[in-house]
Amino acid sequence: MTTARIPLLHRYANPAAFGRLAAQILPWTAGASAILLGLGLYFGLFASPPDYQQGESVRIMYVHVPAAIMSEVVYGLMAAAAAAGIIWKHALADLFVKAAAPLGAAFTFICLAAGSLWGKPMWGAWWVWDARLTSELVLFFLYLGYLALVDAFDDPQRGLKAGAILVLVGVVDLPIIKFSVDWWNTLHQPASLMTLSGPKVDPSMLLPLMLMIGGFTTFFITVVLMRLESELLARRIRAWRTAAGDE
Amino acid sequence: MTSFATFLAMGGYGGYVWPAYGLTLLAFAGMLVWTMATLKARRREEQGLSAAGRSRRGRREAK
Repeated sequence: MTTARIPLLHRYANPAAFGRLAAQILPWTAGASAILLGLGLYFGLFASPPDYQQGESVRIMYVHVPAAIMSEVVYGLMAAAAAAGIIWKHALADLFVKAAAPLGAAFTFICLAAGSLWGKPMWGAWWVWDARLTSELVLFFLYLGYLALVDAFDDPQRGLKAGAILVLVGVVDLPIIKFSVDWWNTLHQPASLMTLSGPKVDPSMLLPLMLMIGGFTTFFITVVLMRLESELLARRIRAWRTAAGDE
Repeated sequence: MTSFATFLAMGGYGGYVWPAYGLTLLAFAGMLVWTMATLKARRREEQGLSAAGRSRRGRREAK
Protein backbone atom coordinates (compact mmCIF):
# COMPACT_ATOMS: atom_id res chain seq x y z
CA MET A 1 0.00 0.00 0.00
CA THR A 2 1.42 3.37 -0.93
CA THR A 3 0.49 6.83 0.22
CA ALA A 4 -1.18 7.42 -3.13
CA ARG A 5 -3.83 4.97 -2.01
CA ILE A 6 -4.53 6.91 1.15
CA PRO A 7 -5.54 10.23 -0.45
CA LEU A 8 -7.16 11.48 2.73
CA LEU A 9 -3.95 11.17 4.73
CA HIS A 10 -1.93 12.56 1.86
CA ARG A 11 -4.01 15.70 1.66
CA TYR A 12 -3.42 16.44 5.35
CA ALA A 13 0.37 16.39 4.94
CA ASN A 14 -0.19 19.90 3.59
CA PRO A 15 0.12 22.28 6.57
CA ALA A 16 -2.73 24.55 5.42
CA ALA A 17 -5.16 21.64 4.96
CA PHE A 18 -4.07 20.13 8.26
CA GLY A 19 -4.42 23.50 9.97
CA ARG A 20 -8.01 23.81 8.76
CA LEU A 21 -8.81 20.30 9.99
CA ALA A 22 -7.12 20.98 13.35
CA ALA A 23 -9.00 24.28 13.72
CA GLN A 24 -12.28 22.35 13.51
CA ILE A 25 -11.26 19.73 16.09
CA LEU A 26 -9.30 21.89 18.55
CA PRO A 27 -12.14 23.91 20.15
CA TRP A 28 -13.93 20.67 21.06
CA THR A 29 -10.94 18.84 22.52
CA ALA A 30 -9.68 21.97 24.31
CA GLY A 31 -13.13 22.67 25.75
CA ALA A 32 -13.62 19.06 26.81
CA SER A 33 -10.19 19.06 28.43
CA ALA A 34 -10.87 22.25 30.41
CA ILE A 35 -14.24 20.92 31.65
CA LEU A 36 -12.93 17.45 32.50
CA LEU A 37 -9.84 18.79 34.29
CA GLY A 38 -11.96 21.36 36.17
CA LEU A 39 -14.44 18.72 37.34
CA GLY A 40 -11.62 16.27 38.03
CA LEU A 41 -9.84 18.81 40.26
CA TYR A 42 -13.09 19.64 42.06
CA PHE A 43 -13.92 16.02 42.80
CA GLY A 44 -10.30 15.04 43.35
CA LEU A 45 -9.46 17.80 45.83
CA PHE A 46 -12.82 18.61 47.48
CA ALA A 47 -15.66 16.22 46.81
CA SER A 48 -14.02 12.84 47.39
CA PRO A 49 -13.21 11.16 50.69
CA PRO A 50 -9.73 10.57 52.11
CA ASP A 51 -8.49 6.97 51.92
CA TYR A 52 -9.01 4.86 55.04
CA GLN A 53 -5.32 3.89 55.03
CA GLN A 54 -3.54 6.68 53.17
CA GLY A 55 -5.61 9.67 54.32
CA GLU A 56 -5.49 12.79 52.16
CA SER A 57 -2.27 11.70 50.44
CA VAL A 58 -4.44 9.53 48.17
CA ARG A 59 -5.32 12.69 46.22
CA ILE A 60 -1.91 12.45 44.56
CA MET A 61 -3.39 9.44 42.74
CA TYR A 62 -5.56 11.76 40.60
CA VAL A 63 -2.50 13.19 38.85
CA HIS A 64 -0.12 10.24 39.23
CA VAL A 65 -2.32 7.54 37.65
CA PRO A 66 -3.56 9.56 34.61
CA ALA A 67 0.04 10.66 33.94
CA ALA A 68 1.22 7.05 34.21
CA ILE A 69 -1.48 5.88 31.78
CA MET A 70 -0.65 8.67 29.32
CA SER A 71 3.08 7.93 29.53
CA GLU A 72 2.35 4.43 28.20
CA VAL A 73 -0.50 5.29 25.80
CA VAL A 74 1.49 8.07 24.14
CA TYR A 75 4.49 5.78 23.72
CA GLY A 76 2.23 3.07 22.27
CA LEU A 77 0.79 5.56 19.77
CA MET A 78 4.30 6.73 18.87
CA ALA A 79 5.38 3.13 18.27
CA ALA A 80 2.33 2.49 16.04
CA ALA A 81 3.04 5.70 14.10
CA ALA A 82 6.75 4.83 13.84
CA ALA A 83 5.81 1.45 12.33
CA ALA A 84 3.31 3.12 9.97
CA GLY A 85 5.99 5.62 8.94
CA ILE A 86 8.44 2.85 8.10
CA ILE A 87 5.87 0.72 6.22
CA TRP A 88 3.89 3.40 4.33
CA LYS A 89 6.50 6.19 4.37
CA HIS A 90 3.90 8.79 5.19
CA ALA A 91 5.24 12.11 6.48
CA LEU A 92 2.38 12.59 8.95
CA ALA A 93 3.22 9.32 10.75
CA ASP A 94 6.90 10.24 11.25
CA LEU A 95 6.01 13.77 12.31
CA PHE A 96 3.38 12.49 14.77
CA VAL A 97 6.14 10.58 16.58
CA LYS A 98 8.18 13.77 16.87
CA ALA A 99 5.17 15.89 17.86
CA ALA A 100 4.07 13.48 20.60
CA ALA A 101 7.48 12.74 22.16
CA PRO A 102 7.90 15.83 24.37
CA LEU A 103 4.33 15.39 25.63
CA GLY A 104 4.99 11.75 26.51
CA ALA A 105 8.17 12.81 28.29
CA ALA A 106 6.22 15.42 30.28
CA PHE A 107 3.57 12.87 31.32
CA THR A 108 6.31 10.45 32.38
CA PHE A 109 7.95 13.23 34.39
CA ILE A 110 4.62 14.01 36.14
CA CYS A 111 4.12 10.30 36.86
CA LEU A 112 7.59 9.93 38.39
CA ALA A 113 7.53 13.22 40.34
CA ALA A 114 4.01 12.74 41.74
CA GLY A 115 4.83 9.10 42.48
CA SER A 116 7.91 10.15 44.39
CA LEU A 117 5.87 12.68 46.38
CA TRP A 118 3.39 9.92 47.18
CA GLY A 119 6.06 7.34 47.98
CA LYS A 120 7.83 9.45 50.60
CA PRO A 121 4.91 9.62 53.10
CA MET A 122 3.56 6.13 52.30
CA TRP A 123 6.70 4.03 51.88
CA GLY A 124 9.18 6.28 53.68
CA ALA A 125 11.30 6.69 50.55
CA TRP A 126 11.32 9.12 47.60
CA TRP A 127 12.63 6.37 45.38
CA VAL A 128 13.16 2.61 45.42
CA TRP A 129 14.71 0.49 42.66
CA ASP A 130 11.58 -1.56 42.31
CA ALA A 131 10.64 -3.09 38.95
CA ARG A 132 7.68 -0.76 38.31
CA LEU A 133 9.59 2.42 39.14
CA THR A 134 12.71 1.36 37.29
CA SER A 135 10.86 0.37 34.09
CA GLU A 136 8.97 3.71 34.17
CA LEU A 137 12.30 5.52 34.56
CA VAL A 138 13.58 3.58 31.53
CA LEU A 139 10.53 4.88 29.63
CA PHE A 140 11.51 8.44 30.58
CA PHE A 141 15.02 7.84 29.21
CA LEU A 142 13.55 6.36 26.01
CA TYR A 143 11.62 9.61 25.48
CA LEU A 144 14.72 11.72 26.20
CA GLY A 145 16.84 9.49 23.95
CA TYR A 146 14.34 9.90 21.11
CA LEU A 147 14.30 13.70 21.54
CA ALA A 148 18.11 13.84 21.45
CA LEU A 149 18.36 11.49 18.46
CA VAL A 150 15.68 13.06 16.25
CA ASP A 151 17.53 16.38 16.11
CA ALA A 152 21.04 14.91 15.92
CA PHE A 153 21.20 14.70 12.10
CA ASP A 154 21.71 17.40 9.48
CA ASP A 155 19.04 15.70 7.39
CA PRO A 156 15.80 15.84 9.40
CA GLN A 157 14.48 12.81 7.49
CA ARG A 158 17.33 10.67 8.79
CA GLY A 159 16.66 11.89 12.33
CA LEU A 160 13.01 10.86 12.04
CA LYS A 161 13.97 7.44 10.72
CA ALA A 162 16.59 6.79 13.42
CA GLY A 163 14.12 7.99 16.05
CA ALA A 164 11.39 5.69 14.72
CA ILE A 165 13.72 2.70 15.06
CA LEU A 166 14.61 3.68 18.63
CA VAL A 167 10.91 4.00 19.51
CA LEU A 168 10.17 0.56 18.04
CA VAL A 169 13.05 -1.10 19.90
CA GLY A 170 11.97 0.57 23.15
CA VAL A 171 8.42 -0.72 22.87
CA VAL A 172 9.48 -3.85 24.83
CA ASP A 173 9.47 -1.63 27.91
CA LEU A 174 5.66 -1.19 27.76
CA PRO A 175 4.65 -4.76 28.74
CA ILE A 176 7.45 -4.76 31.31
CA ILE A 177 5.95 -1.66 32.97
CA LYS A 178 2.42 -3.06 32.78
CA PHE A 179 3.21 -6.52 34.17
CA SER A 180 6.12 -5.56 36.46
CA VAL A 181 3.78 -5.57 39.45
CA ASP A 182 2.69 -9.16 38.66
CA TRP A 183 6.05 -10.58 37.61
CA TRP A 184 8.09 -9.25 40.49
CA ASN A 185 7.51 -8.62 44.14
CA THR A 186 7.29 -4.84 43.99
CA LEU A 187 6.73 -2.18 46.61
CA HIS A 188 4.44 -0.51 44.07
CA GLN A 189 0.88 -1.73 44.40
CA PRO A 190 -0.60 -4.02 41.72
CA ALA A 191 -3.15 -2.87 39.14
CA SER A 192 -6.45 -1.66 40.56
CA LEU A 193 -8.08 -0.11 37.48
CA MET A 194 -7.38 -2.43 34.55
CA THR A 195 -7.97 -5.80 36.14
CA LEU A 196 -9.83 -8.77 34.68
CA SER A 197 -12.60 -8.36 37.24
CA GLY A 198 -12.98 -4.61 36.58
CA PRO A 199 -11.80 -1.61 38.62
CA LYS A 200 -11.20 -2.20 42.32
CA VAL A 201 -11.43 1.49 43.21
CA ASP A 202 -14.39 2.86 45.16
CA PRO A 203 -16.84 4.85 42.94
CA SER A 204 -16.20 8.03 44.95
CA MET A 205 -12.53 7.86 43.90
CA LEU A 206 -13.14 6.30 40.51
CA LEU A 207 -15.14 9.37 39.38
CA PRO A 208 -12.34 11.98 39.83
CA LEU A 209 -9.83 9.48 38.47
CA MET A 210 -11.85 8.92 35.28
CA LEU A 211 -12.46 12.67 34.87
CA MET A 212 -8.73 13.35 35.15
CA ILE A 213 -7.86 10.54 32.72
CA GLY A 214 -10.34 12.08 30.24
CA GLY A 215 -8.89 15.54 30.88
CA PHE A 216 -5.30 14.35 30.32
CA THR A 217 -6.31 12.51 27.13
CA THR A 218 -8.16 15.45 25.56
CA PHE A 219 -5.32 17.77 26.60
CA PHE A 220 -2.88 15.50 24.78
CA ILE A 221 -5.05 15.46 21.62
CA THR A 222 -5.32 19.26 21.68
CA VAL A 223 -1.60 19.91 22.10
CA VAL A 224 -0.41 17.14 19.77
CA LEU A 225 -2.59 18.52 16.94
CA MET A 226 -0.98 21.93 17.35
CA ARG A 227 2.48 20.35 17.47
CA LEU A 228 1.76 18.31 14.36
CA GLU A 229 0.75 21.44 12.44
CA SER A 230 3.90 23.08 13.75
CA GLU A 231 6.07 20.20 12.45
CA LEU A 232 4.36 20.34 9.04
CA LEU A 233 5.08 24.07 8.92
CA ALA A 234 8.74 23.49 9.84
CA ARG A 235 9.02 21.05 6.94
CA ARG A 236 7.44 23.57 4.60
CA ILE A 237 9.76 26.33 5.86
CA ARG A 238 12.81 24.14 5.10
CA ALA A 239 11.45 23.48 1.61
CA TRP A 240 11.01 27.22 0.94
CA ARG A 241 14.54 27.93 2.21
CA THR A 242 15.99 25.21 -0.02
CA ALA A 243 14.09 26.59 -3.00
CA ALA A 244 15.35 30.13 -2.29
CA GLY A 245 18.92 28.87 -1.84
CA ASP A 246 18.90 27.05 -5.19
CA GLU A 247 18.47 30.22 -7.20
CA MET B 1 -7.97 26.41 62.23
CA THR B 2 -10.11 27.82 59.46
CA SER B 3 -11.61 25.43 56.96
CA PHE B 4 -9.30 26.82 54.26
CA ALA B 5 -6.25 26.14 56.41
CA THR B 6 -7.58 22.63 57.03
CA PHE B 7 -7.93 22.17 53.29
CA LEU B 8 -4.38 23.39 52.67
CA ALA B 9 -3.01 21.12 55.38
CA MET B 10 -4.43 18.02 53.62
CA GLY B 11 -4.43 16.05 56.86
CA GLY B 12 -0.70 16.65 57.26
CA TYR B 13 0.10 15.62 53.68
CA GLY B 14 -0.08 19.16 52.22
CA GLY B 15 3.68 19.17 51.69
CA TYR B 16 3.31 16.22 49.33
CA VAL B 17 -0.11 16.78 47.72
CA TRP B 18 0.40 20.41 46.66
CA PRO B 19 3.85 19.97 45.09
CA ALA B 20 2.42 17.03 43.09
CA TYR B 21 -0.42 19.21 41.75
CA GLY B 22 1.93 22.20 41.31
CA LEU B 23 4.40 20.23 39.19
CA THR B 24 1.52 18.84 37.11
CA LEU B 25 0.17 22.34 36.50
CA LEU B 26 3.65 23.59 35.59
CA ALA B 27 4.19 20.75 33.13
CA PHE B 28 0.77 21.32 31.51
CA ALA B 29 1.30 25.09 31.25
CA GLY B 30 4.79 24.50 29.84
CA MET B 31 3.53 22.12 27.13
CA LEU B 32 0.73 24.48 26.14
CA VAL B 33 2.67 27.77 26.12
CA TRP B 34 5.72 26.35 24.34
CA THR B 35 3.59 24.62 21.70
CA MET B 36 1.41 27.67 21.01
CA ALA B 37 4.42 30.02 20.80
CA THR B 38 6.23 27.72 18.35
CA LEU B 39 3.13 27.29 16.20
CA LYS B 40 2.53 31.04 16.03
CA ALA B 41 6.16 31.79 15.10
CA ARG B 42 6.23 29.10 12.40
CA ARG B 43 2.92 30.23 10.89
CA ARG B 44 4.33 33.74 10.56
CA GLU B 45 7.65 32.54 9.11
CA GLU B 46 5.95 30.23 6.60
CA GLN B 47 3.66 33.04 5.44
CA GLY B 48 6.66 35.32 4.84
CA LEU B 49 8.61 32.66 2.97
CA SER B 50 5.67 31.59 0.81
CA ALA B 51 4.97 35.22 -0.15
CA ALA B 52 8.65 35.65 -1.08
CA GLY B 53 8.55 32.37 -3.01
CA ARG B 54 5.52 33.44 -5.01
CA SER B 55 7.04 36.80 -5.92
CA ARG B 56 10.31 35.09 -7.03
CA ARG B 57 8.33 32.76 -9.25
CA GLY B 58 6.35 35.74 -10.59
CA ARG B 59 9.58 37.59 -11.54
CA ARG B 60 10.99 34.51 -13.22
CA GLU B 61 7.87 34.04 -15.32
CA ALA B 62 7.80 37.74 -16.27
CA LYS B 63 11.31 37.53 -17.77
